[in-house]
Amino acid sequence: MTLQVEAAPPMLQKSGDQLRLSGHWTLAMHGRIKSVLAANPVPEGEVRLKEISALDTAGATLLAHWLGVDRLEQVLAAETELQPERRALLETLIRALKREAPPQAENVSPLVQALALLGEQTEQLARHFWQLSGFMGLVLQTLMGILFRPSRWRMTAWVNQVHQTGLDAVPIVALLTFLVGAVVAFLGATVLGEFGAEIYTVNLVAYSFLREFGVILASILLAGRTASAFTAQIGSMKANEELDALRTLGLNPIELLVIPRVLALLITLPLLTFVAVMSGFAGGAMVSLVALDIPLGQFLGIIADVPLKHYLVGLVKAPVFAFVVAVIGCMEGFKVSGSAASVGRHTTSSVVQSIFMVILLDAIAALFFMEMGW
Amino acid sequence: MSRETLIEVRGLCNRFGRNSVHENLDLDLYRGEILGVVGGSGTGKSVLLRSIVGLIRPSAGEVRLFGQNLLALSAGERSQLEQRMGVLFQGGALFSSLTVRENVALPLIEHAGLSRKDAEELAEVKLALSGLASHAGDLYPASLSGGMVKRASLARALAMDPDVVFLDEPTAGLDPIGAADFDQLLLTLRDALGLTVFMVTHDLDSLWTACDRIAVLSQKRVLVADTPERVSHHEDEWIQAYFNGPRGRAAYAAAGEN
Repeated sequence: MTLQVEAAPPMLQKSGDQLRLSGHWTLAMHGRIKSVLAANPVPEGEVRLKEISALDTAGATLLAHWLGVDRLEQVLAAETELQPERRALLETLIRALKREAPPQAENVSPLVQALALLGEQTEQLARHFWQLSGFMGLVLQTLMGILFRPSRWRMTAWVNQVHQTGLDAVPIVALLTFLVGAVVAFLGATVLGEFGAEIYTVNLVAYSFLREFGVILASILLAGRTASAFTAQIGSMKANEELDALRTLGLNPIELLVIPRVLALLITLPLLTFVAVMSGFAGGAMVSLVALDIPLGQFLGIIADVPLKHYLVGLVKAPVFAFVVAVIGCMEGFKVSGSAASVGRHTTSSVVQSIFMVILLDAIAALFFMEMGW
Repeated sequence: MSRETLIEVRGLCNRFGRNSVHENLDLDLYRGEILGVVGGSGTGKSVLLRSIVGLIRPSAGEVRLFGQNLLALSAGERSQLEQRMGVLFQGGALFSSLTVRENVALPLIEHAGLSRKDAEELAEVKLALSGLASHAGDLYPASLSGGMVKRASLARALAMDPDVVFLDEPTAGLDPIGAADFDQLLLTLRDALGLTVFMVTHDLDSLWTACDRIAVLSQKRVLVADTPERVSHHEDEWIQAYFNGPRGRAAYAAAGEN
């Protein structure tokens, strides 16, 4: 501070049997107080405190740690001329320090810690899958409960969710798959060109997008865009006790919040998959036209010859992925506890999990369809 | 008690769009006192607190802290000045990603340049001073009760040994015993640390027990700022309803018994 005078350093002065403390014993002097105290043994004789020119909790704490609480109490009792506010500070501090000391953490070897962590996380993963199946069951049960009672259908919420998760996602899905379509076509041109089979680039784009890329790119985008939004929306409601409020009002949060979101994704993901496939074709067609000199008519002709089953193989996965992404997003929201940090943690977790589950299920499905010869 | 003025508010005006909250508001805070600020809902108590600590730039007028205008200072000088005050926000505003001890240690590490170990040791002392149990330091704010949040937040406000602390409704949401404890804690700390306290409150018991002066916000300004005894005898209608209503009389009677 500009107005403050240069502070006097903390000092210990020995005169005979007496030790006199003087100078500033404050937070700003913390380092110097520590070095002064470290250089001096705890005194046996009398300790005088009244010449200290400034004292705050930081200085008083260091003093108390150096002398020990009991010794400080004796010193304080013997010091009759101490200013009343200093005395009050030291007495308050002594009272506070006299509580039980906080328990010290045990020292455990790193190997044991690592093993414990591994066990903990494995257990967590197992518990997590258990919870996920439980939550899926709960959602399906609630869905069955309202399926044949149209009065309980929440059309407004559902339409709103379709708008947010579907319509608003069209531009990003279309752009991304267009670019991937172009990249796949370039890849095909490079590899197949060596065999003089550039024309098969069209088949490569068609098969990959119909069977895999359309649905998986749309799902991954939805996992990043929508699962995270679900978790954050429901999670912040949970943190704000809104979910508890719903329950006390006799309303079912699953029915109110989860069902419209799940049903919305069941509609939007197949539609987005269609958008993704078309847009991927467009990317492939552009590259074919510009780089491979395959005219648009020929491109479309080859596409039209691809059997319908390949499109169905891709599309049939969409509702499954949609259900998984929506349920994971909502469930992570319900698992939020209290703080904003928890909302962030669970949002991350929901994105990672839903992308993981989408790819895992896709791999299993690919295996299944191959074995079936579809 | 010397009447050194720590905070001077002169001609403060705060307007939000067409809605004006303060017009020509004057207020002084003297060293070593506990000032209670009361007023009906929407009279701008929290806005006043925020203007004083520099979170809101007033539409007109001036706030001088320790003789300096916070908003006219450079960033470095402002930070220096801000270290001389501590704020307890209404909801506690503890950083939810840090433990309670880390919350208190943060300013000590950042400003006082203490090592982590020293800072946490000192933080532990502040937590003890604020009356928190010794295991509380390891907890995250989400797992604290309302009373513990207030105490932890007070400990953080006291971390840098400030001259002034600002408290925004410190006893709101506490049970009567917890609130009474908090009043006592405040008095103890004021005497021990030489604190000056600016307290926005609705708690009539706090006003009678802890406050040296009470400032009443009404009609967009400070209607009166004086000892509780004198304020309660002011002829203004709102003040009469506030202090001589059933709750006000009960709180006065309770304070008289102590």
